[in-house]
Amino acid sequence: MTFIAKPKLHHPSLVKNKAGFTRRDYEGAVSTLCAGCGHDSISAAIIQACYELDILPHQVAKLSGIGCSSKAPTYFVGASHGFNTVHGRMPSVMTGANLANKDLIYMGVSGDGDSASIGLGQFAHIMRRGVNMTYVVMNNGVYGLTKGQFSATADKGSISKKGVANSDASIDMVSLAILMGATFVGRSFSGDKHQLVPLIKAAMSHKGAAFLDVISPCVAFNNHAGSTKSYEYVREHNEALNRLDFIEEREEITADYAPGTATTVQQHDGSILRLRKLGEDYDPSDKVSAMKRVQEGLASGEVVTGLLYVDPTPTDLHANLNTVDAPLNTLQTADLCPGSEQLERINASLR
Amino acid sequence: MPPAIAAVNDFVVKFANVNGSGSASANELFARSILRMGVPVSPRNIFPSNIQGLPTWYEVRVTEKGYLGRRGGVDLMVAMNPQTWAEDVKEIEPGGYLFYDSTKPMPSSAFREDVNVIGVPLTAICNATYTDARQRQLFKNIIYVGALSVLLDIDPKEIERLFGEQYKGKEKLLDSNVKALALGRDWAKQHLDTDAVKIKVRRANNVGNRIFVEGNNAAALGAVYGGATVCAWYPITPSSSLAEAFASHCKRLRHDKATGKAKYAIVQAEDELASIGIVIGAGWNGSRAFTSTSGPGISLMTEFIGLASFAEVPAVIVNVQRGGPSTGMPTRTQQSDLLSCAYASNGDTKHVLLFPEDPKECFEFTAEALDLADRLQTPIFVMTDLDIGMNHRLCEPFKWDEKRVFDRGKVMTAADLDAGKTFGRYLDVDGDGIPFRTYPGTHPTKGSYFTRGTTKDEYARYSEQGPVYVRNMERLQKKFATAAKIAPQPLRYSSPKATRYGVIYFGSTSPAMAEALDHLEADGHHVNALRVRSFPFSQAVEDFIHEHDKVFVVEQNRDGQLRSMIMNEFTLDARKVVPVLHYDGTPITARFIAADIAKKLGQFKVVPFDKAAS
Repeated sequence: MTFIAKPKLHHPSLVKNKAGFTRRDYEGAVSTLCAGCGHDSISAAIIQACYELDILPHQVAKLSGIGCSSKAPTYFVGASHGFNTVHGRMPSVMTGANLANKDLIYMGVSGDGDSASIGLGQFAHIMRRGVNMTYVVMNNGVYGLTKGQFSATADKGSISKKGVANSDASIDMVSLAILMGATFVGRSFSGDKHQLVPLIKAAMSHKGAAFLDVISPCVAFNNHAGSTKSYEYVREHNEALNRLDFIEEREEITADYAPGTATTVQQHDGSILRLRKLGEDYDPSDKVSAMKRVQEGLASGEVVTGLLYVDPTPTDLHANLNTVDAPLNTLQTADLCPGSEQLERINASLR
Repeated sequence: MPPAIAAVNDFVVKFANVNGSGSASANELFARSILRMGVPVSPRNIFPSNIQGLPTWYEVRVTEKGYLGRRGGVDLMVAMNPQTWAEDVKEIEPGGYLFYDSTKPMPSSAFREDVNVIGVPLTAICNATYTDARQRQLFKNIIYVGALSVLLDIDPKEIERLFGEQYKGKEKLLDSNVKALALGRDWAKQHLDTDAVKIKVRRANNVGNRIFVEGNNAAALGAVYGGATVCAWYPITPSSSLAEAFASHCKRLRHDKATGKAKYAIVQAEDELASIGIVIGAGWNGSRAFTSTSGPGISLMTEFIGLASFAEVPAVIVNVQRGGPSTGMPTRTQQSDLLSCAYASNGDTKHVLLFPEDPKECFEFTAEALDLADRLQTPIFVMTDLDIGMNHRLCEPFKWDEKRVFDRGKVMTAADLDAGKTFGRYLDVDGDGIPFRTYPGTHPTKGSYFTRGTTKDEYARYSEQGPVYVRNMERLQKKFATAAKIAPQPLRYSSPKATRYGVIYFGSTSPAMAEALDHLEADGHHVNALRVRSFPFSQAVEDFIHEHDKVFVVEQNRDGQLRSMIMNEFTLDARKVVPVLHYDGTPITARFIAADIAKKLGQFKVVPFDKAAS
């Protein structure tokens, strides 16, 4: 970690996006994570995605649980509100926050301990409720802050730094998210920015429960031989199913692809997801085949990455609850209180 | 044989039924018909944790004087459950009455010699009239109400009027109920000596404009009036009907007229941890939010309650208390979660509790709690219980000041920030310990901060430095002192004569206490009373104790939890503060309170004032 404060002044030649912000405006405080931590790369990818999407920084709400990954929201989009909640329970807080103001962009950041171990229940339920959010798990298979214990995503047989083999079966967050009803599910690798940034952009534009499982090696406790979450292992076993181009509605589509090499999916907000096929025929809008492909990958020891499943026309929790268009937190006394005359009628009905 | 109990508008009828037999609505009809005759009643459900088959009771206290606490003892038992026959018969006061289904002959050993027996062949009447099994079951209940109305002089027109209201637009149901009622009445008139029953209802004018409502329903309405837009809950007896009532109130009162869309969001969460998490998320983001639960739910929420308190996020928790510990007595009443709520969570934490005495205060305090949560930026507990929550209680009508506007507390707006106001999320700007907050998304460049459960400085920056921590904790203490001033203040009821004795009580003990004070006064024991309505305690509580030689603290738990909190918060001589405790799961009675206080006064060798004077 570094102790040097970031200078607040920007170089005048930094390029501004359509919202009038430079990339640096999406940065946060200096990271206190270990040098080389995958989480910092993911934070950088989130910064890049927000910059490229021309998001107003204060329109983002960042929520996290407890752990190394959950510290990350401090390190991106500093002009937005953040909430470091309790261990494993960020999903419920994000659900409540989202109910209060449907207009903000919700970014949930969690880890494998936070979401797969202590918080598995809340993880499952936020997916099935269809909360409009991007939920990123920075997945390193290990507890960092408490120094190297296995988490629930550690693969069976994976060796800890102390040389102990993990005897419990691992939880695959991607399979779980698809099963629980998430409508956008992808997996990536912290070391693959070119795959990760478009995935984050697409997830943030998705109007429903979007989940990204990002393998993010822990340089301090899980980057050794025998680990299945090390940089080396993931690089060797990364099986990318597709490369995603995220195209906003207003953008012109310039690049051409040979017929049969790309599929496009248009999301509800008009954005287009163009998936460049890598080797095999894969349809991410087919939930059953997505599950099958992910399970095949698990069986063969591949880390299957890319956009794995998307429902381009999801309904979110607000749609299910039929809430008014104005954010609930903007409603005033006159909107909410039925008044004294109505109360008299209620009194009369109780006599 | 003792003389038959004779009483007008002052007796207790208890119905012993089988759960799921449809008796609840008939029994409620019985209670309401007496109310419509201008005579106050106080009914109580005594029910098992069961849907069908186990015994259930409904006790109606008829009380012209308006004593709404449970009296204890039974004057007339309507024994409809063979399973509990023996214990039901045993409960009747000598000279009381036993009403039973005489279709099957019973051995004389099943009866008591000192009790008047009234047999009505209910099953036989039903079987002769109805062919459908469900009808036979349901109308049996209406038939006994009919027979009782004859015996007790209840005006059948009031019952028919209630049918008319209940079955408006369902003429067929209305007709069949009226017929069943007549069936019971006719049989009773032909076969029973109505003069032998000497407990009677006589028309009075003691109900006034009071309303008859359950506390859970009232609290839910308070949440609607108080502006709650987010409700997250998990089913748990005895609080489930609160969230369900919120849903039904919202359905009528909270949909946009033009679009039909909802101005609220209700989530039945996967557990209580998620319920409170959702409430905290919504509160953080500027919506008024609440959850309703009971003791075990509070246990689960405890970590989150600590976060909301330390990170200073508004939240309202309505705790409809039941019997504990653990699963305890889920369908019985207690006031035994005071300590677990007041000091919930790890570290030095204290929380604000409100103690409503009846449905009216359930309404008021829930609405008030939403204001207090925003003003104090902390969790507020509304401490009701099963006795108030799940029973219909006669109370003053709900009131709402048309000019009242939600008090959102100290919230800094974009305009404030643009005007250059200093924003420190945990900065006390005016000495009340309450800082300003901003809602997420307020301003593009100013006012954002990071909310966390870790220690932080005045500007929400993470810090583990001792002095920073201490400063923050002292500010929170100051905020707690502010809470003591703005939460509902205690109410004092003074004895007509000067006395050295006082009593402190709270919540659902209220009606029994009022009656007990009358009994004590009549016996020459003068006692001043103070009803505590919130924690942290007002200074008036300490003053009240200092003013008296002995102060009884009456509560419905084993450990004297309110007393412990009083001892904890003030510097007092422990011997001065005397616990009066009732905790068997039944609502506390005036008989118990008066007897226990009289006994203890005796132990202090007290001679009543008027006797001492003579």
